[in-house]
Amino acid sequence: MAAPDDTSAGGSAASSLPTSPPPTTPETQPYFDALAEGRIELPVCDACGHWIFYPRSFCPVCGCRDVTWREATGRGSVYSYSVTRQAPGRWGGATPYVLAYVELDEGPRMLTNVVGGDVEAVHIGMVVELEVARTEDGAVPRFRPAAG
Amino acid sequence: MPPRRAHIAGVFEHPGRHLPDRTLPQVHADVAAGALEDAGLGFGDVDAYYSAGDAPGFGVLSMADYLGLRCRTVDSTESGGSSYLLHVQHAAAAIAAGDCHVALVTLAGKPRTGGAAPGGSARFSSAPEAPFENQYGLTVPGGYALAAQRHMHEFGTTSEQLAEIKVAASLHAQHNPNAFLPDPVTVEDVLASPMISDPLHRLDCCVITDGGGALVVVSPEVAASLPRRTATVLGAGTAVKHADAGRIDLTHTGALWSGPLAFEQAGCGPADIDYVSIYDSFTITVLITLEDLGFCAKGEGGRFVEGGTLQAPHGALPFNTDGGGLCNNHPGNRGGMTKVIEAVRQLRGEAHPALQVPDCRLALAHGTGGSLATRMGSATLVLGQEDE
Repeated sequence: MAAPDDTSAGGSAASSLPTSPPPTTPETQPYFDALAEGRIELPVCDACGHWIFYPRSFCPVCGCRDVTWREATGRGSVYSYSVTRQAPGRWGGATPYVLAYVELDEGPRMLTNVVGGDVEAVHIGMVVELEVARTEDGAVPRFRPAAG
Repeated sequence: MPPRRAHIAGVFEHPGRHLPDRTLPQVHADVAAGALEDAGLGFGDVDAYYSAGDAPGFGVLSMADYLGLRCRTVDSTESGGSSYLLHVQHAAAAIAAGDCHVALVTLAGKPRTGGAAPGGSARFSSAPEAPFENQYGLTVPGGYALAAQRHMHEFGTTSEQLAEIKVAASLHAQHNPNAFLPDPVTVEDVLASPMISDPLHRLDCCVITDGGGALVVVSPEVAASLPRRTATVLGAGTAVKHADAGRIDLTHTGALWSGPLAFEQAGCGPADIDYVSIYDSFTITVLITLEDLGFCAKGEGGRFVEGGTLQAPHGALPFNTDGGGLCNNHPGNRGGMTKVIEAVRQLRGEAHPALQVPDCRLALAHGTGGSLATRMGSATLVLGQEDE
């Protein structure tokens, strides 16, 4: 069974991967507002200080319901990756593409794509930086090999 | 007072692997009838019913209606492919508490034929994690490949070692006339099969089959009244492992926690186990699970499976003698049911003669549901012969 992907139309000038930003909710609006400006903001727990991913208004580390949105650097490194060579639907036309967990410098590991280079060159530990794929509907965070 | 232990008195695996002409309720009924007949019981004896997200409509309510069951308790615990091991655990607890005597557990699914995913896709798109995970072309093999890649990086695990798991499953499947993939394969065959999502090849992936299965879990009084040999539920453990606010760890599974719970309850350890049914959605699922259950040290799984360790009947740890999800059957994309069924066959001495583990007294069945290491349900059962 393939994991569900949204099927709305959309394209990306930033990369050749399908881009269809999800509908936002009041709980996660700050995340998507920041992305639209090319930045990553994440909730940080007011009580225990953990950076929380995926974003939510609740700290699953300590149970606190007070979080403050803070800007992350947008830099990180590849924790794991897979060059996906077969996929259903629209993603089938985008293969090979790199699915990855990127560990942000602030700590959380997030699912994403590594774009903007040779897929065969991606490796664990590779230093990467944020590249936001924008459409008129919103924005999706991906990562590219870091400059320098 | 000794614990009031439940027994698995009936099991049934649907022989079909492609069932375009049968409805889901029909398949639930087929397997329910099969397991009750195996136990020497009838539908009128059932007083508890368990099914997961694969049950159509209103789940246990729709299926109790379809089957005409009169239940004192029901349970619709949904944890993906591990659900049916949780059902056994919950049924055993209900039996120990005196709440019921004959619990029926059923699974049916038709992904080979096609159609909606179990539980419906709306549930996934409405999940709180969906906006942050559904934008990247994440496939099921892709998610497991991320874990495999990290395991290789940390521990030096190789594709050849993962392939050993598929080879063992295929050697077992050749003796199963119902197996979807009955032909033995070699390590070279696995490595030569198309890459799906690095480092997982097509032959590292399980089959996609229609079908189902059922279990009948009974009280000790009912077990003693039945002519067939039963399997005793000696221990059960459950764990949910999740992304932990982004502190994802891809090289451990919930088996790290469910295993010790089951062993403690059963009063034994990994060295005591004669046969294992290990959830095998992918080869990497087996390798990491064996480590987490304590059959070898963390990171040693690759070396552990080399040299025929998993091959029945004479390997050090015979596994999945039905051919497993990798070769035999993965009904409804949910392999936990068939894991329990084959463990019971081994304990009854009713596995294929070429693969029957001599004097199999203790068996372990392990189920994995959801996405490996990141949002998963793990369930471990330790089962014994009837007199254990």
